[in-house]
Amino acid sequence: MKGQGRWYLFFFLIPILLWLFLLIVLPHIDLFIMSFRAENDYGDMVWSFKNYLNFFNEPVYWTTFARTAVYSILVTGITFIIALPVAFFITHVVPRKFSGVLMLLLLLPFWVSELVRVYGWMILLRESGVINHFLVKIGILNTPVEMLYNDATMIMGLVYTSMLFMVVPLISVLESLDKAYIEAAFDLGANMWTVIVRIIIPHVMPGIVSGSIVVFMLTLGNYLTPNLMGGKNSLWFTEQIYNQFIASFNWNQGSAFGFLLLLLSSLIIWVGLKLSGQKLSKVVK
Amino acid sequence: MHKDLSVQNVTKKFDRFTAVDQVSFDVDQGHFFSILGPSGCGKTTLLRMIAGFTEPTDGDISIRGKSMLGISPNRRPVNLIFQHLALFPMMNVAGNIAFGLERQGVKRAEIRKKTETILERVGLPGYGEKKIDQLSGGQKQRVAIARCLVLEPTVLLLDEPLGALDLKLRDQMKVELKKLQVKVGTTFVYITHDQSEALVMSDYVAVMNRGGFEQIDTPQNLYNNPATPFVAQFVGENNTWSGRLTGFSGKIATIVTPGGNTFTVNTGARAFAPDFAPDSKVDLFLRPEAMVIAPDPGMENLNRFEVTVKTILFDGANSRLLVTPLNSGQELIVGLPQNRQFDHIRPDDKIEIGWHEDSGICFPAGEAES
Repeated sequence: MKGQGRWYLFFFLIPILLWLFLLIVLPHIDLFIMSFRAENDYGDMVWSFKNYLNFFNEPVYWTTFARTAVYSILVTGITFIIALPVAFFITHVVPRKFSGVLMLLLLLPFWVSELVRVYGWMILLRESGVINHFLVKIGILNTPVEMLYNDATMIMGLVYTSMLFMVVPLISVLESLDKAYIEAAFDLGANMWTVIVRIIIPHVMPGIVSGSIVVFMLTLGNYLTPNLMGGKNSLWFTEQIYNQFIASFNWNQGSAFGFLLLLLSSLIIWVGLKLSGQKLSKVVK
Repeated sequence: MHKDLSVQNVTKKFDRFTAVDQVSFDVDQGHFFSILGPSGCGKTTLLRMIAGFTEPTDGDISIRGKSMLGISPNRRPVNLIFQHLALFPMMNVAGNIAFGLERQGVKRAEIRKKTETILERVGLPGYGEKKIDQLSGGQKQRVAIARCLVLEPTVLLLDEPLGALDLKLRDQMKVELKKLQVKVGTTFVYITHDQSEALVMSDYVAVMNRGGFEQIDTPQNLYNNPATPFVAQFVGENNTWSGRLTGFSGKIATIVTPGGNTFTVNTGARAFAPDFAPDSKVDLFLRPEAMVIAPDPGMENLNRFEVTVKTILFDGANSRLLVTPLNSGQELIVGLPQNRQFDHIRPDDKIEIGWHEDSGICFPAGEAES
């Protein structure tokens, strides 16, 4: 009986194990090996740290890298600040029967591909776009201004793309928040601010951390939005990786960058977990 | 005496439903006042209006003579103990108790001193560092009370806080809560659907039904002189027996039951009520303990009748007999004193029951259904 049970378990695990091994682990091992190989002066491939040293020696690489990290953290922060009231509104303010409808409204834009959504923003924001047209028409602006291709617009686009991934975990933890805690805090003399900081945020901490991890990872690894909405100076690190693989055809350099990005995201998430005092096992539950 | 809380003609309507209807009462300083009513009678709505979470549609609530209308809950000198206590799980015991003091801007050293004092007072010295989920039900109760009392509120509101406890602990906490209230001298307004909690602890009890107050009185008076059929049925146990009023001699009414028993009842002040005319239908209320088994033949003014014992409901000191009068299907519950005198009674025995005409209460029929 026991052996049979184990056989079943193995049977159902095979697809996921195959998927993990063939599509994730094997390519990563290959890329990892590739990242430590480079051409020597004679044009032969040899083991070398050159790809990694390039990153530190070339300022454009590591400044892009640092920018990407800082902006990703910023996007995560902004997303949280917007998502918390939205999630609170859906779970605690509107009547129960409407919260499902609101969730659906929140989900609706995500049925459309990210590419289409970004182009939607571009139609709205570009110099000859909808918003400029109206602002000129009602006389607020004399001439249309270019709202695309700067850091602010890019961050807005990234926040918009990541919203859902913050709202959903927040809703699931906020649902378990008993309204009596909030009322008790008010009853004991607290104001709105104290209630948010002392009651709501500590309660939703696991949701904040899991939402932040997802949003941060997605933003850090996003290629489309920074590429389309960001300007010439808002280079994202994923674009560097893309350039190495596709433009320069330097796969060795590209994989080195890829692993640096992986290292960076793991490091920042580790620091984040340490700072918020949460455990990964608890957050992913 | 000084009035701590005064509620005047308070009404609360939700759309077309009236949850609280024209309720007025005053609570004197240092009193333990209970509002007793079945679930859905509007007592929680009333309490939330006093706490400030809901605004009344009409009427006024004042504390120490100051109207509380339009004042938010965090600025009212009242504190509420929630049904499920709502102790903050993200803080330890000391953090919970300090929460309100911190909001008042009390200095850190003083907060610590006050926290220790109040924990000692509720019998939990040294529990400050404990987490909320490490506490037992009774301890949580006391922390919730300490969290409110440390702020020295004018009125402490309690929303059935003993409801979640098991029976033994609830009985113990009832006594403790009363003792604590006497010790601190704070005015308590306590709402409950459990009549025993209300009767044991309170100085005054208001019985609430369908959004209105039926009677405000001392526990003894509620039990002995209920003002309405609802109070007679809701407070304590009562047998209801319908009958027909056949005549009066002074305040003593003669009532004939459908089964043919003729009883005399002292109706007191109600004898002169207009709808209490001869030949009208009445409901007779008899307490189980008012009925005496095999009464002494010499006792006067006693209504006597024969019954058949159906079942013996043994429950220690609260043991009762389920009986039916010989000539009717009416079921009555009769108190069975556990003094070994009635150990011989067995089901299907025929025994005589008697009750004094002063211990029965009767009301015009038709109001009794709740």
